[in-house]
Amino acid sequence: MSDIMIKADNVTYEYKSLIDDNIHQAVKEISLEVKKGEFLVILGHNGSGKSTLAKLMNGLIMPTNGNVYVAGMDTQDEKNIWNIREKAGMVFQNPDNQIVATIVEEDVAFGPENLGIDPKEIRARVDKALEVVEMTEYKKHAPHLLSGGQKQRVGIAGILAMNPDCIILDEPTAMLDPIGRIEVMNTIKKLNKNENKTIILITHYMDEAVEADRILVMEQGQIVMEGCPRNIFKQVDKIKELGLDVPQVTELVYELRKAGINLKDDIISIEELVELL
Amino acid sequence: MIMKINNLNYIYNPNTPFEKKALDNINLEINEGEFIGLIGHTGSGKSTLVQHLNGLIKPSSGAIIIDGVNITDKDVNLKEIRQKVGLVFQYPEHQLFEETIYKDIAFGPKNLGLSDDEVDKRVKESMELVGLDFEALKDRSPFELSGGQKRRVAIAGVIAMKPKILVLDEPTAGLDPHGRDEILGEIQKLYDKEGITIILVSHSMEDIAKLVQRILVMHRGKLEMDGKPREIFKKVDELENLGLGVPQITKFMKIFKEKGNHVNDDILTVHEAKEEILKFLRRKKDA
Repeated sequence: MSDIMIKADNVTYEYKSLIDDNIHQAVKEISLEVKKGEFLVILGHNGSGKSTLAKLMNGLIMPTNGNVYVAGMDTQDEKNIWNIREKAGMVFQNPDNQIVATIVEEDVAFGPENLGIDPKEIRARVDKALEVVEMTEYKKHAPHLLSGGQKQRVGIAGILAMNPDCIILDEPTAMLDPIGRIEVMNTIKKLNKNENKTIILITHYMDEAVEADRILVMEQGQIVMEGCPRNIFKQVDKIKELGLDVPQVTELVYELRKAGINLKDDIISIEELVELL
Repeated sequence: MIMKINNLNYIYNPNTPFEKKALDNINLEINEGEFIGLIGHTGSGKSTLVQHLNGLIKPSSGAIIIDGVNITDKDVNLKEIRQKVGLVFQYPEHQLFEETIYKDIAFGPKNLGLSDDEVDKRVKESMELVGLDFEALKDRSPFELSGGQKRRVAIAGVIAMKPKILVLDEPTAGLDPHGRDEILGEIQKLYDKEGITIILVSHSMEDIAKLVQRILVMHRGKLEMDGKPREIFKKVDELENLGLGVPQITKFMKIFKEKGNHVNDDILTVHEAKEEILKFLRRKKDA
């Protein structure tokens, strides 16, 4: 078995603009590999092509040129599509748009039911999934009465019940309050560390990005930066030029260095900076 | 004083098993020209409070006096109140509906019965205030714009009503850092230029720390804290207990001080932290 979860080979995605009828390239000649078990974060400002890339990764859209492989299967081969969606599940920004049932556990069961899985197995999967996202005590509740963070965790449980190897999350915390964000991020970290799921997280929050193994930064449909969080965030000028942010502690170190203080430049957390000073 | 709230209570589903006190005896005074940040986790009552301010919800008990008028009176003119208090909801771009940007922004002022000239003037002014090019964009469809631009059109539509109080509920939710900085910059500009009273609801403590002069903290329907950002953000543990945080830089300075380093932890921005740390390092060198 190869250790590559997702592979994009020279992928371009074109669409015709509704505004000016011109052809635009949302993704331009991207090649990348995501390893099994990796925690990858994709950054980039709105319109940089991140969400398009995510949708290419589980066959929601097909490349205009090039190929995307999920666990070795080509997304353009129609007979693979259900297997691919089982391997790579996707979680979107607004939890309200993803909830289909009126009871939490029924919502989580919806995916596996559609796969035609044996009811006993579904029961086991739903219980396990709710346990992982720590929502077991809410299994009989109505989803619309839950908080945003709880709803988003139910959404994640619904994906988990499909037993995917890889979960792609497109700004899953954008609509949540600080508690909801922490809950969802803790769930994501747990999926990666304890459940060995490959995670691809699209986010605008730099404090979430520092948790990744690797970061990709996109701009105009291309990958313009790639590396571990330390190496990405120490390039403060470049990150800001791309319309993004760095953690405040990283910015402080950058400012102190500019003022002539000799410090290590790859600080990304409060604890590290306290140690350093 | 532009706004005064006395003993405001609001109960959802009264006399049913689902009865819930959403606002619990709120007392509050706001002066004209204040820039206020309203924080609290989901369900703390901040949106319920905000919806009371222009009469979208009637209180269960208590009074709300805006610009001298008690808006809970039976015979109050709600149209007038809604003009005085402009409310920009979360994801306001979902409310755009007209064919052109001009028409969308003009919709409110037109309904006030203003002359065409006045409407025209207001559309121009408000587009300029939110950084949209009038000539280039007025005849375009609002639906062709990017998310951040759509949001500006929606905000311009509220500003064109010339409210005395502008309430913005999470104006930067879902935007990227650049879009966020732009919108916040425009809100600041609007405040500096027009001197209106602004109430900003936000989950981002960094944004709140940068902009506002006074912070209100809501928790379980109560007004839990009320003070200057420096005073409020000093209460790191209390805020965290309420499910809120402080800016990362504020937290760093506090932890750094707790480790026995002699610094002032009364810090809200990276710039302030830099000055303080530089002072600290110089003292250390001299010692």
